Amino acid sequence: MFSKVLILGSGAIKIGEAAEFDYSGSQALKALKEEGIETILVNPNVATIQTSHEMADKVYLLPLDVKFVEEVIKKERPDGILLGFGGQSALSLGVALYESGILDKYSVKVLGTPIEGIKKALDRERFRETMIKAGLPIPPSGAAKSAEEAIEIAEKIGFPVIVRVSFNLGGRGSFVAWNKEEFENYIIRAFAQSEIGEVLVEKYLYHWKEIEFEVVRDKNGNAVAVACLENFDPMGVHTGDSIVVAPSQTLTNREYQILRSAAIKVAEAIGLVGECNVQLALNPKSEEFYIIETNPRMSRSSALASKVTGYPLAYIAAKLALGYTLDELLNGVTGVTTAAFEPSLDYVVVKVPRWDLEKFENANKRINSEMKSIGEVMAIGRNLHEAFQKAIRMVDIGDELIGEYYEKDESLEEVMKRIRNYEPYMPMHIAKALKLGVSVDEIYEITGIDRFYLYIIEDLVRVAEELKRNPTEELISEAKKLGFSDKQIERLVDKKLNEFKKPKIFVKQIDTLAGEFPAKTNYLYMTYDAQENDIPHMEKPKVLVLGAGVFRIGVSVEFDWAVVNFANSAKKRGYEVIVLNYNPETVSTDWDINDKLYFEEITLERVLDIYNFEKPEGVIAFAGGQLANSLAKKLEQNGVRLLGTRGTSVDVAENRAKFSKLLEDLGIKQPPWTTARSVKEVLKFAEEVGYPVMIRPSYVLSGTAMKVAYNEKELIEYLSLAAKVSPEHPVVVSKFLDAMEAEIDAVSDGKRVVGVTLEHVEKAGVHSGDATMVTPYRYLKPKQVKKMQEIALELALALGIRGPFNIQFLVNNDVYVLELNLRTSRSMPFSSKARGVNLMELAAQAVFDGKLLIGEDYKYYEIPPKAFAVKSPQFSWSQLQNAYPFLGPEMRSTGEVAALGSEFEDALLKSWLSVKPNKMPEKSVLIYGYGKEKEKLSETAKILESLGYEVFTLENSLSIGKPISKEKAVALMKNSKIDLVMTSGYAKDRDYKVRRTAVDLNVPIVLDANLAYELSKALSWVKENEFEVKELSEYYGKIKLRNMPTPIEQLIQSL
Amino acid sequence: MKAYLLLEDGTVVEGKGFGADGVKFGEVVFTTAMVGYPESLTDPSYKGQILVMTYPLIGNYGVPSKEIKENGIPLHYESDKIQVEGYVISKLMRPSHWASEMSLDEWLKKEGIPGIEGVDTRALVKKIREKGVMMGALAVGDYEKEELERIMRKVRKLSYDEANFVDKVTPKEIIIHEPKKADKTVVVVDCGIKYGILREVLKRGFKVIRIPYTYDPVKAFEEFNADGIFLSNGPGNPALLKTLIENAKAIIEYNAPTMGICLGSQILALADGGEVYKLKYGHRGINKPVKDLKTGKAFVTTQNHGYAVKPESLNEFKVWMINLDDKSVEGIYHPNKPIIATQFHPEASPGPLDSTWVFDLFVKLIKGDAHVF
Repeated sequence: MFSKVLILGSGAIKIGEAAEFDYSGSQALKALKEEGIETILVNPNVATIQTSHEMADKVYLLPLDVKFVEEVIKKERPDGILLGFGGQSALSLGVALYESGILDKYSVKVLGTPIEGIKKALDRERFRETMIKAGLPIPPSGAAKSAEEAIEIAEKIGFPVIVRVSFNLGGRGSFVAWNKEEFENYIIRAFAQSEIGEVLVEKYLYHWKEIEFEVVRDKNGNAVAVACLENFDPMGVHTGDSIVVAPSQTLTNREYQILRSAAIKVAEAIGLVGECNVQLALNPKSEEFYIIETNPRMSRSSALASKVTGYPLAYIAAKLALGYTLDELLNGVTGVTTAAFEPSLDYVVVKVPRWDLEKFENANKRINSEMKSIGEVMAIGRNLHEAFQKAIRMVDIGDELIGEYYEKDESLEEVMKRIRNYEPYMPMHIAKALKLGVSVDEIYEITGIDRFYLYIIEDLVRVAEELKRNPTEELISEAKKLGFSDKQIERLVDKKLNEFKKPKIFVKQIDTLAGEFPAKTNYLYMTYDAQENDIPHMEKPKVLVLGAGVFRIGVSVEFDWAVVNFANSAKKRGYEVIVLNYNPETVSTDWDINDKLYFEEITLERVLDIYNFEKPEGVIAFAGGQLANSLAKKLEQNGVRLLGTRGTSVDVAENRAKFSKLLEDLGIKQPPWTTARSVKEVLKFAEEVGYPVMIRPSYVLSGTAMKVAYNEKELIEYLSLAAKVSPEHPVVVSKFLDAMEAEIDAVSDGKRVVGVTLEHVEKAGVHSGDATMVTPYRYLKPKQVKKMQEIALELALALGIRGPFNIQFLVNNDVYVLELNLRTSRSMPFSSKARGVNLMELAAQAVFDGKLLIGEDYKYYEIPPKAFAVKSPQFSWSQLQNAYPFLGPEMRSTGEVAALGSEFEDALLKSWLSVKPNKMPEKSVLIYGYGKEKEKLSETAKILESLGYEVFTLENSLSIGKPISKEKAVALMKNSKIDLVMTSGYAKDRDYKVRRTAVDLNVPIVLDANLAYELSKALSWVKENEFEVKELSEYYGKIKLRNMPTPIEQLIQSL
Repeated sequence: MKAYLLLEDGTVVEGKGFGADGVKFGEVVFTTAMVGYPESLTDPSYKGQILVMTYPLIGNYGVPSKEIKENGIPLHYESDKIQVEGYVISKLMRPSHWASEMSLDEWLKKEGIPGIEGVDTRALVKKIREKGVMMGALAVGDYEKEELERIMRKVRKLSYDEANFVDKVTPKEIIIHEPKKADKTVVVVDCGIKYGILREVLKRGFKVIRIPYTYDPVKAFEEFNADGIFLSNGPGNPALLKTLIENAKAIIEYNAPTMGICLGSQILALADGGEVYKLKYGHRGINKPVKDLKTGKAFVTTQNHGYAVKPESLNEFKVWMINLDDKSVEGIYHPNKPIIATQFHPEASPGPLDSTWVFDLFVKLIKGDAHVF
C-alpha cells in the first residue's frame, strides 16, 4: 500500500476544464484520506475547495508544469501519483513527467491506468491501432503530423471530414470541413492546439447519434458501465456543448447493449484501472456504430454521470487505483449493496450548457466541434418535458423554454436562420419555429436532432398554446407536471395562478437503484409528476444554503467554495445543512458532503417550495453570489427568514440610486454618474463631467454591454451601434477616472469589520474579475488604505452588515467607492488563502455566533499578511473563435489562479505561469501599443532588451525594439519565433489579426501595460533568484517578508 | 380513458388507460430495467404477472418490427406475443425509431393487454418493497365503485403461487429450429423459453429440439441423438412442476450435459432434493451484480426471478455464483457431472451481454471437456 500520494489538479477554470475537477479531486482526496494515506496536492486554482488543508494534507499553489512538479516531488518524495483527477491538464502533465524520467528517478508509481494505457487513449494514431487490434470499429480516418499530410488524408476519405486534435482540451482546434478550402483555413490552427503536433482526420458522421458510456474497471478486469448519456445534438457538436440526456432515450435494448459491450471492450483494450468515458457514434437508421474516443480519466461527463446516477465515480476510481476490486467496494447510498452494479434511474436528467458568447466581440456563435460553453446545468425530473423546462430556467439567461423569446414578434425566417446556424439554446429556437408552423420533420432534416426530442418540445408548445385558449384546472395541473413555472403559466393564461387550484409538489430521492432497496439518501429533487413524498418532514435545527447555480463569466468555482465552506461551518455548529444547487460540476452538489442536497432550481418559486417543506430556521443567500443574493429581498417579502444581512440592506447596495444616496449621506465619494434616457442626456452629462465616461446600457444591441468612451465621437458611435437608449431602456453613464483600483474583502458582525485589502495591478477600467490582484498592497499609500478601511467600517455599520461583503474602490488623490456587494465575492477564496484565515468561518461567526472572534468593536481589522499573494485571471480566448482579446470594464476571463511568495516578483511570476498557455519566454517578445500606454510599454521593452530578449514591435507603435509589419508578426508567430506578446488597451481596427493569431497559436499574450511592466521586472528578478516551492502551511506558520516596500512594513507594524 | 390498478392490500391507484380495455389479474411485480420494454413484455416468465416499470418513460422507440430476425428468431422479442397480464408505467412517450412499426399503445391494443400510465411507479415500488409482491388487477375503462370493489374481492381470492403458468406457455408439440451450420443438437425442455436463449444456442451451432415440459427429456435426448439438454426459464412456482422435477432427476442420473436457466436452475435444485423459497419482491432488472465463486470475477447480469434456491438445502449440487447484494444463490453446478445452471439470465435480453460465456461453457461441457470446470 502507499503512504504518500501526489495528486495533480487541473489549474484554472477555462472552457473545457471547470469545477468538475475540483469535485473529482476532492472525492479522490477523501478516498485516500480514509486509507490513512498522506496527500499532496499541486493545483494553482486558489478558488477551489480542494486546495485546503481540510481536503489535502499539503497544498501547493504552483504552476502545473514539469519543473515545478519535479521540485515538489524532490521535496515531498511521494510514493504514488494520481493523474486522473485533474482533467486533461493533469493527464498530459503526468505523461510528460513520466517521459522525462522524473517519476522513475524518484520512484513515484503511477496509480490506476498505466501510462501506456493513457497514451493508447490520447494519441489519436495509437488509439486507432488499439481499436483495430481489439476488433472495434472506428470511422475511416488517419492521423497526420503536417498540414500537407492532413489534406491528403482528407481527400482520400472524402469530405465532409472532422479534424480531431491529439492531447488537447475542449475540442480545441477541432473542426468540420465540407470542402478543401474550409479545411485549409483551419488546419494550421488545429495543429497549434495539439501538445504533440498531431491531428486525426476522420469521416464526419453527419447526423449520427452520439452516445457516451462511463466505464469503471478494476485491476482484475471486472467492469461495469455506470451510466449511458445520450446527446440531444447529433455528432459534430462537442460533448461539452451538447445538451445531454440520461439515461439513453432512443436506444433499443440491442443498440444499448452493443454499444455498452463495445465501451467495456475499449476500457479493456487500454488496460483501464479506474474510470473512463467512451464516446460512440450510432447510425440513426441502423445498428452500425463507431468508437469515437475515450478519456482514461475523470472528465466533465464523469462528474455529470456521478450526479446523474448518485454513483461516486471519482471516489470509486481512486479506490480502484489503490488496488481494490469492484466487488470489495460498497454502494455508499445503501451501505449494504455492492459497487459492482449499474445504477438504475427512476427519473430523467437533462444537462444544458451555458454560453456567454455575446460578451465577446466577433465571437462565432455556431455550436460545433469546439467547446465554447462556460458552464452547465443539470435538471432532474420524472419526465423529460419537466427536465427540459427546468434546465432552460437554470441556465439563467432570463428566459424560459417557452417564455419571452417564444412570444417575441419575429419572422419565422429569423428563427430558422438560428436553427440552421445551430446557435445556443436550440430547444428555444425549435419551440418558436414549431409555434410558427414548421414541422418536426423539417427540423429533423435540418438539425439531425432525433424526432423523439422534437416531439417533447412540440408537446410543450401544444400545452402552452392550449393554456392561452382554454386554461382548465386539469390543463394547469398537466402543465405543472410538464415543468411549466408559475410565472410561465401566469403569463400564458394572463391571470394570477392562485385563481386556479395549483397541484401539490413532491420531494423525491435519488438512490441509484430505482427504489429497489431501502436507501437513506439525502439527494433530492422535486416534481409535480408524482403521488407521494419520499421523505417525511423532520423537525430539527436546519439552515438552507442557496448555491451559485450555473457557472458563467463572473460566477465560477469561487462561489462554490463559499457555499461549501459556509455549509461546513454551519454543520460544525450543529445545524442540518440543506444545500440547494443545480450545477453538476461542483463539490456543493456532491450528496456525499451535504446533510441534504436539493438538486433543484434556484428560483423564488422553488426556494419557497423547499422552505415550506423543510421549514428551516433560515436561508443563507449570500454565499452563492449574485443569483442567490438577488432573491434576498423577494424571499424576505415572502416571509422567509434570511440569515445574515437583511434583504432590504442588500437591496440598498444593489440599487444604484439608493446606494448613491447612502454614500452621499455618509459623505463617501463616488464617481459622478447619472441615468440617461436619451442620447442628448448622455452627451450633456459627458459634457458636464468631462471625458472619458463609462456607459452601462440596460439593453444591448450587439457586442459588449459596457464601454468606456474617450470622446464624443466614440460615445455617439457606441450609442448608435451597440446600445439602445430610450425612456424604456435607460443607460447609466458615469465619469471614468484615471486611477488605481483596489478592493476590500471583509466580514462584519454589525459592529466590527475584519478584512483583507487587495490592490489591482491593472489600471482602473479593467473589470475586477479580469485584474491581477496583489496583497499586501504595493502602490497604495497608507493614508489611502486607511480611508478605504474606514469606509468599509462605516458602510458595515450603516447597513447593519452581518456576513461577508466586498467593496471596490477607485483610488487617485481621493478614495471613491465603485461598488458594494453584500455577499461573498469572487476574490474571497484568494483573500482567505492569502492570509490563512477562512472568511466563510468568520461569516458563520457573524451569522450564528453573533460576534466575530477577532478584531475589535467599531474598528476595522486587517488580517495580517503571511506573504505576497498574487491572483491572475485565466482567459479562454483560443476557444472563442474570432473573439477579439482585450481587457475592459466587462469581465471576460473564465477562471483564476494564484501563488504565494515571500517576494512579490516570485508570487507574480508563479501566478502568471500558472495561467495557460503562459510559459517563460525564451528568446523573443513582441511589444507594441498605441495611445497613452506607449510609455509604460516602452519601459517594459527596455527592461526586456536589457535581459537579452530579442524585442520586436509593430511599425508605427513603440520607438524601441525591432519594428516589423503586422504580417511579419503573424508569420513569425506561425513559425514559433515569438514567445510572448505584450500590448495594452483596445485597438481592434489595428491589431485584430495579431492578437487573434497569438491566441489561436497559444502564444502567451499580456493585455495590459502595467502587468507587462511588472512581469518584465519579475523576469529580471528570476534571472538572479530561485522560485520558492512552499506548501501553504509553510507560509501560514511564520511571517517572513524581505524587501518589503515601506507601506507594508508600516501596516504589519500597525497590527 | 380511465384506468385503475388494484392491489390486494386495498390500494387503488388511478391513472390513464392505454392499450386494451378490460380487466386483467396478476401478481404485481416491478423491473428496474431502463431499456428493453419489448423484450420484457414478451418474456414468458412474466406470465400471470402485472409488470410495473420503475423507469418512468416508456414507449420511446416504439415497437420494433418482428421481421428483424436472426436464425429465424425475431431479435427484439422473447416470444411471439405480449406475455404480461397488464402494464403499469409513469409516462407513455411518442415513439421515434427506424426499427419501429407501431406505437406501444397500438401494440397493447392489438394484443388485448391493458396498460395504465400516470402512475407514480416509484411509490408503488416502495410499497411492494415494504409489503412484498401482491396480487392485483388492472382495469382499463369506466368502472363504478361497486365494480371496482367486486374486482378487489376477486384479487384477494387469487394466488399466484398455486397456479401453473408453465402450462400456458409451453409448446403443444415439439418444435425444431435448425441454424445453417448445425453441428450438434440440444433438447430444450420448454417451460416458456425466451427467444434470447434460443438465439444464443442457435448462434453456437445447435440444432434445437423444443419439447413440451411434460415430455420425457431423456427419451428425447436419445431419440434425437442429442448432445445436451437444456432446462429453460419459465413462469411461476417451480415446486408445482412435479413431473418435471422427476424428469430432472432422471437427467442427472443419466449424466447428460445439461444447462439450466432461472426456473431450470430451480428445477435442478429441487431434483437434487433441495428447496426453493419465495423472495419478498424478487430480482427483476438488468443491473444485478453476481460473483462467480470459482473465478472470483464479478459481473452485471439480467435477472427475473421471484423464487430462489436455499444454498444449505442442496445435496450433490454446489453453489457456483451468488448475488453480491443479498448473497442469494445465482448459480449451481454438479461437481462430478456436466451440469450447470444459473438463476440469472446469461442471454440477457434485455440486459448486458457480460455473461454469455456461460453458453460457451455449456458447449465445452458437451465436447466432454469436463475439466473446464
